[in-house]
Amino acid sequence: MAEQILMKGNEAIAHAAIRCGCDGYFGYPITPQSEIMETLMDEQPWETTGMVVLQAESETSSINMLYGGASCGKKVMTSSSSPGLSLMCEGLSYLAGAELPCLVVNVVRGGPGLGTIQPGQGDYFQACKGGGHGDYRMVVLAPASAQEMYDFVDLGFELAFKYRNPSMILADGVVGQMMEKVELRPMKSRWTNEEIVKNMPWATTGKTPARKQNVITSLALDAAVHERLNHTLIEKYKRMEDEDVRFESIQCEDAEHVIVAYGCMSRICESTIEMARKEGIKLGLLRPITLFPFPTKEIDRMVPQLKSMMSVELSTGQMLEDVKLAVNGRIPVNFYGRLGGIVPSPEEVFEAFKKSINN
Amino acid sequence: MDVKDIIKPENRVYAKTPVLTSTTMHYCPGCSHGTVHKLIAEVIEEMGIQEQTIGISPVGCAVFAYNYIDIDWQQAAHGRAPALATATKRLHPEKYVFTYQGDGDLASIGTAEIMHACNRGENIVVIFINNAIYGMTGGQMAPTTLIGMKTATSPYGRDPKLHGQPLKITNLIAQLEGTCYVTRQSVHNAASARKTKRAIRKAFENSALGKGTSFVEVVSTCNSGWKLSPVKANEWMVENMFPEYPMGDLKDR
Amino acid sequence: MKEEIIIAGFGGQGVLSMGKILAYSGIIQGQEVTWMPSYGPEMRGGTANVTVILSDKKISSPILSRFDVAIILNQQSLDKFESAVKPGGLLIYDPNGITKLPQRKDITICSIAAVDIAAEIGNSKGYNMVVLGSYLKLRPVVTMENVIKGLKKSIPERHHSLIPMNEKAIAAGMDRLVMHNIL
Repeated sequence: MAEQILMKGNEAIAHAAIRCGCDGYFGYPITPQSEIMETLMDEQPWETTGMVVLQAESETSSINMLYGGASCGKKVMTSSSSPGLSLMCEGLSYLAGAELPCLVVNVVRGGPGLGTIQPGQGDYFQACKGGGHGDYRMVVLAPASAQEMYDFVDLGFELAFKYRNPSMILADGVVGQMMEKVELRPMKSRWTNEEIVKNMPWATTGKTPARKQNVITSLALDAAVHERLNHTLIEKYKRMEDEDVRFESIQCEDAEHVIVAYGCMSRICESTIEMARKEGIKLGLLRPITLFPFPTKEIDRMVPQLKSMMSVELSTGQMLEDVKLAVNGRIPVNFYGRLGGIVPSPEEVFEAFKKSINN
Repeated sequence: MDVKDIIKPENRVYAKTPVLTSTTMHYCPGCSHGTVHKLIAEVIEEMGIQEQTIGISPVGCAVFAYNYIDIDWQQAAHGRAPALATATKRLHPEKYVFTYQGDGDLASIGTAEIMHACNRGENIVVIFINNAIYGMTGGQMAPTTLIGMKTATSPYGRDPKLHGQPLKITNLIAQLEGTCYVTRQSVHNAASARKTKRAIRKAFENSALGKGTSFVEVVSTCNSGWKLSPVKANEWMVENMFPEYPMGDLKDR
Repeated sequence: MKEEIIIAGFGGQGVLSMGKILAYSGIIQGQEVTWMPSYGPEMRGGTANVTVILSDKKISSPILSRFDVAIILNQQSLDKFESAVKPGGLLIYDPNGITKLPQRKDITICSIAAVDIAAEIGNSKGYNMVVLGSYLKLRPVVTMENVIKGLKKSIPERHHSLIPMNEKAIAAGMDRLVMHNIL
């Protein structure tokens, strides 16, 4: 068995980046995710794998560094927390429009504004419904453990290159700061320039006489061309929904009620499920692993056997809207959320659940 | 004698570099962009670096630079070209990477990106077209607009009390340790164009030597924005722009 | 086996590193572990706490409101967490700076004068290891051998020469525990 190391979710992201063949990390410090860049700087991967690590002057700059690196067909990533992500939304829109693969990690804190550095899940809309301008989507992965923080780096890159689209890891302060054991996966080497030229024929690797120039742009002033581009993007997002929905269901087979929760809240709700089962309540947990594409079909499939669903989030009810869309009015969809960085205990969630079904 | 008899290789006195595409430029007649594009393309041809050069185009009139210079291009968000260039050069140290930016792009919205790229001494080339106006959006005031100059957003002339003084960003850039070569040139006549070409070549050579950032400002005309004929625009530039933005090297080491 | 522990005190008392050593020892012993700190500005000079869970099974919630064990190193933390110990649980505290003693009758309470002991053995930085020793004496959830391995994993190699001193501090903590309320 591979060595198991105790590390924070944030540290796991950094180690995963080095070990999965990432070419470049560009970032700007912000709590609660600064350990990611700190760990990378400490590890000095430029001495080993040749990975570039650079502290940028702002999040605006780091996301645009991703645009440059991704244009070259390189595996590039950044990480930040909520206010930083707001600054990156311009860049994300351009990256999506120019169909560039990259990985963005958001270790979410409470907002709006400067908010709190404590955990939050209020960036769900920003991550899943756009954030930047225009019609675009990203694959959004929601890790619930340090191991998933590690594993989703490689998965995020895989999906980014599969779709030529930005991928996002939407974590939270709990998953970022919590230490758990992490198994390091086998080292993958970085792609060679030859492999990039071969596998990413669109990349700006230098125009040779053998091919036409490559231009990376999101600009299309011709109306017909631009509409076509948008349709290409929509097709891509549909494919994500067909091929890459990921979720975990826990004790849902016989459930009469199901809690939907992601990230740290899914861990807490798992304990709530255990409590409910001890009291003979048939409660299950659906944990979306991809927030986009959302497990709409799975919810749709479950609804006939259920009496109610409840979305539990560290927000005012954002994922709730997607749950309601999937349920489509057939059963009550309840909500429990805490704000301000307050993470409810399993008991509090259980109380809220019991209240919701008795109303 | 028929025209066909004249078009022969031995009679040719001038040829367009093959690095320049045959696409008709969208720039207004009299605009400096076309000349600067040609100079860059010629330098790329002469240095034999077409396969190794990656250009970063801005937002502004030069957004379509990729239609005219036949190399690989990345089109950046407004002002962010130096960030793209930073990553591209660091991930491809063997390549020549340059940004091509106007005054609104470089000296207004992209001030942070250009300052920090230059301060880090990224081994890139920056071509900065300063025509003291926003051309593409229809002639609004730029950070480099002269005092008293009328634009769409300073219809009574730029008032320093309202808008501040023209930003001499090239002078600031020259102060940064990361830059190795900072120069201000123009392309309003053959002699100045030749000098600008030499400056661009030096900038690309510096990049291969790893000396730091090379920054070439080209004080330019926007005759449409300035509402002048091409010839008058050149005259106006010499009379008004040159005193504010004097020609010559600010730094060369 | 499932042990849910809160360690709470001032920032700088080694609360987080004690939790980390315990968690690492748990991993070496083949257990599932989580280590969840309070984080942010409160870390700098204010109160600090960490929840450590050791379990034979997969751990669901890393955030708890009730604990099997509370290891308390200042009055504020005692005020906050005494009531959070599950009936039948364990509370260990350092009497240094404690003005209001714990009152619960339904839990085991003991104290460890770790500040004094650490000073006596000439290892004031080993304060948190003295505390860890007192805990391990009452709850041998991990073997001493694995604690030493955990120490090696959690502290940088250049400080490995300090491990024997830490071992002594743990032993001192095991010896000098004072029981107050025994269930």
